[in-house]
Amino acid sequence: MKLDRREFMVWGVGAAAVAVAGLPTIAMAAGDPTAEDAIKEFTGGAEVKSGRVELDTPEIAENGNTVPVSVSVDSPMTADDHVTDVLILADGNPRPGVATFRFTELSGEAEASTRIRLAKTQNVIAVAKMSDGTFFMDKQPVKVTIGGCGG
Amino acid sequence: MAKSKPRVKVPKKAEAGEIITIKTLISHKMESGQRKNKKTGELIPRKIINHFRAEFNGKLVFETAIEPAVSSNPYISFKMKVPESGEVVFTWTDDDGSKYTTKKKIKVG
Repeated sequence: MKLDRREFMVWGVGAAAVAVAGLPTIAMAAGDPTAEDAIKEFTGGAEVKSGRVELDTPEIAENGNTVPVSVSVDSPMTADDHVTDVLILADGNPRPGVATFRFTELSGEAEASTRIRLAKTQNVIAVAKMSDGTFFMDKQPVKVTIGGCGG
Repeated sequence: MAKSKPRVKVPKKAEAGEIITIKTLISHKMESGQRKNKKTGELIPRKIINHFRAEFNGKLVFETAIEPAVSSNPYISFKMKVPESGEVVFTWTDDDGSKYTTKKKIKVG
């Protein structure tokens, strides 16, 4: 059972990688937002500083279908000073959006992890929105050996 | 498609004010809407879990909007500061509007 599934996965991934290679230009022509657009929309054009946000990604991801990503933001998480949202983007995917985490006072610490799909080698970006309206960003390059299924 | 089955890992006991880690996973194909049917060349329609939410005693702890770039069987972990005994309610929302929920109790002291 297990072997069958693995074989199936390998075939699926290979086919997807071929399919993806031709996609980004088509996606752009269709007017899909870029990572820059997504950041602008999230920040409303405000300045984005570096620091405070730490993005933890593997340097090399053998399988782009499931790449572990962790983000943590240096914040006391009190009522006056906390992180409200963190936007995660992948700038080389057909669509850059990955997820938006919302934290609350009950979070205690602004830290979350998930697993994402990366179509090819690219940057993963995290932008954090603070309760005082400032924004912080971190960017990590991830080398992808086998691209994830179509984004 | 197999039924989406949520799984969560939450400590049963905690100290008041302790920050715990909660891990969640739900079985779901997360069809991205970018893949093509190999025979017909048509795009396979998108069907993903697009939202996840965790509440403790009715108050929001953590929520996330999810895009197709999140892997199949989406895994999400996050932190929670436990103020008192209570129950965490987890809700996943599917593109077709279905909601999957599960609950876990935490005891303080």
